[in-house]
Amino acid sequence: MIKHFLNLEWKQYFRSSYWQKSLGLNILLVFFALYFIVIFLGLGFGLLPILKKLYPDEDPFVVANGFLFFWIIADLMMRFFLQKLPVMSVKPLLTLPIKRSTVVNYVLGKSALNFFNFLPLFAIIPFSIMLMIDGKDSSMILTWMFTMIILVLIINFVNFIIEAFSAETELSFLPLIAIVGTLYGLDYFNVVPIKATIGNALIAVANNPILILIPIGFLLVCYWYNFKILKSKLFLDSSLKSKVQEVKAADLSWTKRFGDIAPFMQLDLKLIWRNKRTKSSVFIMVIGLVYGLFFYPQPMYKDMVWLFPFIGIFVTGIFLINFGQFIPAWDSGYYKMLMSQNIKYEQYLRSKFVLMVLSVGIMFVLSIPYVYFGWKILIAHFAAAVYNVGVNSHVMLYGGSFNRKKIDLNQRAAFNYQGTGAVQWIIGLPLMILPMLIFALMNWLVGFEAGIALLILMGVAGIVLHKRLMKMITKRYLDSKYKMIDAFSQDN
Amino acid sequence: MIYTKDLSKSYNGTTVLNIEELSIPKGQSFGLVGNNGAGKTTYFSLLLDLIKPTTGNITNNSVVVDQSEDWKPFTSSFIDESFLIGYLTPDEYFYFIGDLRGQNKADVDALTSQFEDFFNGEILGKKKYLRDLSKGNQKKAGIVAALIGNPEVIILDEPFANLDPTTQIRLKQLLKDLAEKQGVTILISSHDLMHVTDVCERIVVLEKGDVVKDLETNPTTLKELEAHFASNMSVSQEEE
Repeated sequence: MIKHFLNLEWKQYFRSSYWQKSLGLNILLVFFALYFIVIFLGLGFGLLPILKKLYPDEDPFVVANGFLFFWIIADLMMRFFLQKLPVMSVKPLLTLPIKRSTVVNYVLGKSALNFFNFLPLFAIIPFSIMLMIDGKDSSMILTWMFTMIILVLIINFVNFIIEAFSAETELSFLPLIAIVGTLYGLDYFNVVPIKATIGNALIAVANNPILILIPIGFLLVCYWYNFKILKSKLFLDSSLKSKVQEVKAADLSWTKRFGDIAPFMQLDLKLIWRNKRTKSSVFIMVIGLVYGLFFYPQPMYKDMVWLFPFIGIFVTGIFLINFGQFIPAWDSGYYKMLMSQNIKYEQYLRSKFVLMVLSVGIMFVLSIPYVYFGWKILIAHFAAAVYNVGVNSHVMLYGGSFNRKKIDLNQRAAFNYQGTGAVQWIIGLPLMILPMLIFALMNWLVGFEAGIALLILMGVAGIVLHKRLMKMITKRYLDSKYKMIDAFSQDN
Repeated sequence: MIYTKDLSKSYNGTTVLNIEELSIPKGQSFGLVGNNGAGKTTYFSLLLDLIKPTTGNITNNSVVVDQSEDWKPFTSSFIDESFLIGYLTPDEYFYFIGDLRGQNKADVDALTSQFEDFFNGEILGKKKYLRDLSKGNQKKAGIVAALIGNPEVIILDEPFANLDPTTQIRLKQLLKDLAEKQGVTILISSHDLMHVTDVCERIVVLEKGDVVKDLETNPTTLKELEAHFASNMSVSQEEE
């Protein structure tokens, strides 16, 4: 049975029109994977000498275990945003003589082979080897290593449980923040010394191999729980067929002041608000807004002025990047209809443009309080916002004409906690890094004001040339019309 | 009204549609029949400029379809459910289409209110998204949306499939009225020979992309069509 599943997935992957278009992206992903492998290898080999240097009086093995708590939390956060449960279209399988449990076991088993589970091994194994060379008891270290592998798998499955819960609530990432925040808070305020407990627990297991049964038991419980969640979703009437929702209607007549693009804007707003997938990109705006708080409060970044525009682009443009990169795929479900209707392509695109510009404006206004950390930040954010409006928005629209992947808003595929995966963030990177480089260069050559001026100038140039650029972009969409219709009418 | 000349469409060297010449006058109700793979949907897609013809072209009211978009204001269509926007309610969908076709809310309301018995109370004013409707009700919404904005050409692919018998009968009456009384050109395709012969004045039979029969409908047409498709069957049995 597994053989058939693998065969199906192989075909689904390589026969999709997406594959041919995104070869470059795949190469980039491989490159990133290699990059992280190298970093983790470096960490694995370098950790022991570093710890010895930093904590000369303590046992490095104990110190390393003490930090595991932070690693677990970081890993959970990373996975939540980057790792998704493998999607499999199960509807056709339901009527075939296949046990439901086989399907679920397969999906869960496949998730264990995810890259995120192998990555830590590149650090854990070298670190263990280094410890053994250093004279630690090898049977103890091997037990520890094995426990760590189990721990990685536990995190893997715990993540899916969190995702399953967050998929059901409106505020997609709140459960994660709540769990991580509570854990961290409990430890930080010394209510429960989780950090020390986890460290001690691992050392205890390493010393008494029989205790390894506890993490294994925990892993089995997590697996069983996932199994239960997924199996209960494997019925047509639960997740495969979407629930009948009551319509939430809002008064959108204010869009009338945008003139001829009003119908499209109303459509887009409904699109965003009535579909889970798009709604999450609104909630991600909140993350974007607090993103600056990771950097600005720390004195270390105070003088790293060149970083400000990067954060500015991210903060003001998070919706633009998230929503924009799927234009026009959001409308892929009914693209044929739009193309046979009496619409002007330019209006259709302009509606998306206005939406993105509005989001940039709102995000900039909301990010004004960052001025607390210095006026330079506010100015940098302003320049970034102008750059977003003038340059990135057009780039997004233009890039959309290369979009060939259908998005199924109706979410018929089970197991699909549709959100953003690693690929989406990588696409966004050049949009943020390029202005940062431009600014950094000017900042270094001439000065802060010159860098800001250049960014603003580029943005203004984009705004001035807006009509021209839109004409060009519209032409590009018209040229690839047939290809897009063809790709959007394929599933997957 | 619609003039097709030297039209062909092929994928990787396989020709799926080849029409030398086909002229459909204004106000005609035109039916397209044929087995699976005969090229019916391909022809409609070409007519709506959703795919590019390999050779030749279609002229719709003296607008060449794949060169200008000026045919769009007077042409409307419903091909399949992908023409619907799942996250809108039927009412919102009608207003949206109305907006695109230059009709205000009152115009759209006036039109859709005529279809209240057609909708059987299951579509208008119900707070339900289109994606949650049954296939049959989705089809009804799509067909009515294709009537918004007084189009001169209406293209419907398989309009009778998935509909209940009562609605089928109502739809047939509706289409006949449109063609006879308002001079609308109607193009439909169907697998149901009885329905097409009821509705259409003219029936063209496609087979593997070629026009093999072009009939004016008269009382014997149904027999003739049945004989044609039945003979196909015996030919293919002999081949086996």
